[in-house]
Amino acid sequence: MRLTDHEQAMLDGGHGEAAARAMDLLVRYGEALGAERLVETRNVAGAFNASTPSVREIAEDSLDRVFSELNLDSDDVVEIPHVAVPTCQLITGIDNDNFATQGVDPALADLQLRSEQYLGKRGINLMCTCTPYQVGNVPVMGEHCAWMESSAVIYANSVLGARTNVEGKESTGAAALTGRIPYWGLHCPENRFARHLIRVETEVDDMAEWGVLGYFTGFAVEEEIPAFEGLADQLSLVKLKHFGAAAASSGGVELYHMPGITPEAASLDAAFGPNARPEPVVYGAAERRRTWERLQNASDRKLDFVMLGCPHNSIEQMALIAELLDGKRIHADTQLWVHTPRAIRQVADRSGYSAIIEAAGGVVMSDTCPSISRKVPAGTRVIATDSAKQAHYLPAIAKVQGWFGSVEQCVTSAVAGEWLGVVQ
Amino acid sequence: MSEAQATPRVITLRGRKVVGGKAAAEALVSTQTISGWGGINEREGSVIELHHQLNGISFAGKVLVFPGAKGSSGWSAYWHMLRLNGTAPAAMIFTRMTTKIALGAVVSRVPTITDLDGDVFRLIATGDHVEVDADAGLVTITKR
Repeated sequence: MRLTDHEQAMLDGGHGEAAARAMDLLVRYGEALGAERLVETRNVAGAFNASTPSVREIAEDSLDRVFSELNLDSDDVVEIPHVAVPTCQLITGIDNDNFATQGVDPALADLQLRSEQYLGKRGINLMCTCTPYQVGNVPVMGEHCAWMESSAVIYANSVLGARTNVEGKESTGAAALTGRIPYWGLHCPENRFARHLIRVETEVDDMAEWGVLGYFTGFAVEEEIPAFEGLADQLSLVKLKHFGAAAASSGGVELYHMPGITPEAASLDAAFGPNARPEPVVYGAAERRRTWERLQNASDRKLDFVMLGCPHNSIEQMALIAELLDGKRIHADTQLWVHTPRAIRQVADRSGYSAIIEAAGGVVMSDTCPSISRKVPAGTRVIATDSAKQAHYLPAIAKVQGWFGSVEQCVTSAVAGEWLGVVQ
Repeated sequence: MSEAQATPRVITLRGRKVVGGKAAAEALVSTQTISGWGGINEREGSVIELHHQLNGISFAGKVLVFPGAKGSSGWSAYWHMLRLNGTAPAAMIFTRMTTKIALGAVVSRVPTITDLDGDVFRLIATGDHVEVDADAGLVTITKR
């Protein structure tokens, strides 16, 4: 790889031991990719928090050792300085207020608090959500970013027109300390054209339907870039958030183009650029129904746990859940957890939504989700969720049965204590 | 004539080093991509994704032959934990380059190779003995 003088100086230790380890990792990673150079970034979103049982042993030594090993892949412990560029923490494993309800060991919750103090001192913004774009980190068109979190990456690339690959814990650690990331993949404009065409021939309207289309898309194109035709819905952040999260779960989609909706391609011609336009993959009524059915990994209807808010809920989703639960009571045998970023939780509290959800017997959680924490209420056998992503992952992670449906189906089922959703 | 056309017992392929080093072990072949976070158990080194063709099977100590990575950006962190837990594959051979597989291979520090000059899914079967010399860009397959 070709390095600039500044990058070479960092690699040679001229800017401290931590920056040298970070550059060493970026060079090994860039060469593995076949990248020719690095690119500057001033927007990093990563996972730095020490809050899992496997990290605990390493953390007992020092938090510098956690960052050195898990965020820089360094065998030696180096002193971690203040980050070089704006950096935020994504979702964590523990809700600082609800860790007892989660069933988290208080010693781990304490470790998370210590870890947060350590990270805050080094300039890492503790957003603690999978959706930084909902709480103030909104990259602009063309901005080079180094983001983890597949659902955030697909949103940043597609809806905002930013440029980021799906980074990992180590590459975001290295980017935070150097302001560099390999110039490869979706950083390069020539790699951002579509290769697949999906023709939508059935109505896709609410959030759940967008999740199902996303889930279909990931299976159809795997990690390649699709463009869409036939979309007629009025779109929103919430719908595209769920669509992208699903497409990044069933496949590895990191970028899509919806001419007339997303900013990078005003037409199908612009979406495909120099690439040949392939025969369309059709998403019709039969494909929709098969994909809905594919998301159901359950047979028992007695419901133990309902999970809402993956990716983390926006304020209007919190308002809708409060409206659906107003004056109702969740079944005594069923638990409902609603997940939203801490910053949005404050607005939900102030607007009275959290109080309505809690009065109905629900729990409003922040900072985490059941798949990340691997925590569900004790004794849970059957879950339901309004998230195709969570429906994809949680049954495997928590070894439970999982139903998928709309937010209305999930809330009604939580009140009834049994799954009432039907595939239509 | 028929003997000359039969698949030879030993096959050599050339490719590109992703992570240097040498290893030899039994092959485990998956024609499906693998998830990291949510797709594997990093303590056992096994695939846990429902409906996956390797569901419940351990790749620890094997030469893992697969198209590459999919799913969450926790991929590299899980491959990193495989190294720390001693449950990583002995070597990896993959066909589709992504940031997830590149970073995951780097931090697992397992000899890894890609861009081979033959169809690995046709030439390598689970149970074959496979030597990976990533520095030389060589894969030697001994059919079972």
